[in-house]
Amino acid sequence: MGVKPLSPLDLSIAACLLIVLGLLSRRLKLGLEKQLAVSALRTTVQLLLIGQVLRVLFAHGSLIFVVAISMVMLAVAGREVMARQHRRLRGSQGWLLGTGSMFISSFSVAFIALAVIIANDPWYTPQYAIPLLGMLLGNTMNGISLSMDRMTETLWQQRQLVEQRLLLGETGNEATAEIRRQAMRSGMIPIINSMAAAGLVSLPGMMTGQILGGSSPMDAVKYQILIMFLIAAGTGFGVMSAMWLLTRRLFDDRDRLQLDQLHTSTSSR
Amino acid sequence: MNDLQLSNLIFQGRGPYNLRLVSGRITGLQGASGAGKTLLLRAIADLDPHQGEVQLGDMICAQVPAASWRKTVGLLPAESFWWFDMVGEHFQSPGQDLTGQLQQLGFEPDVLHWEVSRLSTGEKQRLAIVRLLQNHPRALLLDEPTASLDAANIERTETMLVAYCRQQQVPLLWVSHDPLQLERVADVEYYLENDGTLKQVRGEQHGR
Repeated sequence: MGVKPLSPLDLSIAACLLIVLGLLSRRLKLGLEKQLAVSALRTTVQLLLIGQVLRVLFAHGSLIFVVAISMVMLAVAGREVMARQHRRLRGSQGWLLGTGSMFISSFSVAFIALAVIIANDPWYTPQYAIPLLGMLLGNTMNGISLSMDRMTETLWQQRQLVEQRLLLGETGNEATAEIRRQAMRSGMIPIINSMAAAGLVSLPGMMTGQILGGSSPMDAVKYQILIMFLIAAGTGFGVMSAMWLLTRRLFDDRDRLQLDQLHTSTSSR
Repeated sequence: MNDLQLSNLIFQGRGPYNLRLVSGRITGLQGASGAGKTLLLRAIADLDPHQGEVQLGDMICAQVPAASWRKTVGLLPAESFWWFDMVGEHFQSPGQDLTGQLQQLGFEPDVLHWEVSRLSTGEKQRLAIVRLLQNHPRALLLDEPTASLDAANIERTETMLVAYCRQQQVPLLWVSHDPLQLERVADVEYYLENDGTLKQVRGEQHGR
């Protein structure tokens, strides 16, 4: 049993809803219509493109192809983490830091899931590898960007307090322990909340998709549980590594707070 | 001797500064605002990047971990900051000398159970001095330690800081905007010019 295919007409009807929303936004001067149009267009183009890529990928299924696609996904996620920072590290440091943390966490967790838990032959079967990695990257990206943003913003506001603690003989690590803890919390809260609410408030997207695709609900549920655990672990490890690396960058070898490492972006999202 | 010696200290385009702060003596420092007094203290405490060397007795700043240096060379900033809710949480080991120091500055021991958010600026400033002295610093750098205090508390604070300097035989650098205060407490006085030059205005020549 497959999914009932959607025709272009079906999608146009859904698009009409957005057009109505856009008109209403213009009428009410909400100023959302332009962003709404751009992002609706982006989602259409990007997803159609990735559909084509996946079609080719699933037909070939070579490891090199899978690795290449994963690297592109990682690079884009890294850029996105940077774009969401109000105060970001100067130069390529911030990109490297976010991307490195996502690489460590998402890739290792995805590898364990693919090679040990799901254990397909071959383990990198793209029908499993790419969606799994995509979900992991998407979530760690959110977690890491939230916690980095929180950390740099709080440090910026509390720099005198942090320096006061340094003056009393604390190391940079000690002086920022509480700030780091709060930043990690804010990165982890979304996944913790969605684990707590899963199934009660909403059916998670992947499970919905599997059910629509004809899987039995219990199979779908088991995969969803797996994904939740992987996302929580991946986000947690990613956030911790990002906070550790960020602390190291923001203090020099003499435990001096170096906020000039941060660059304030004029337009933050 | 436990003197604090600055050798060719350069920071943010200022200096080089060569200065010897003699242990057990109070060195007063005045200067126009913006002349870099606070920056000088921060460089000595190794809180800002600098060139040149700072040495306390045999202890060379660059050769010890930054945290131990700052515990040993205590800097009191002009404004104090507190991060826990209660005063007492900022003090690690409540002991005899803590109670004594609190009393010298006009506090009852129960001040430790006060909430930080209820402290006045002057109370914070006096408590910050006690908090700093609890580290048993071997040198003191004070940035306007009595700026927001009333006359009675200024006197208490001066008495206590002078006594710490003499009894513990530590070098003490005292930044103040009040020439009369420096006349009361300081053994030697320096003036920091707007262009960053440091000149001795009172006391016998020593240093280099």
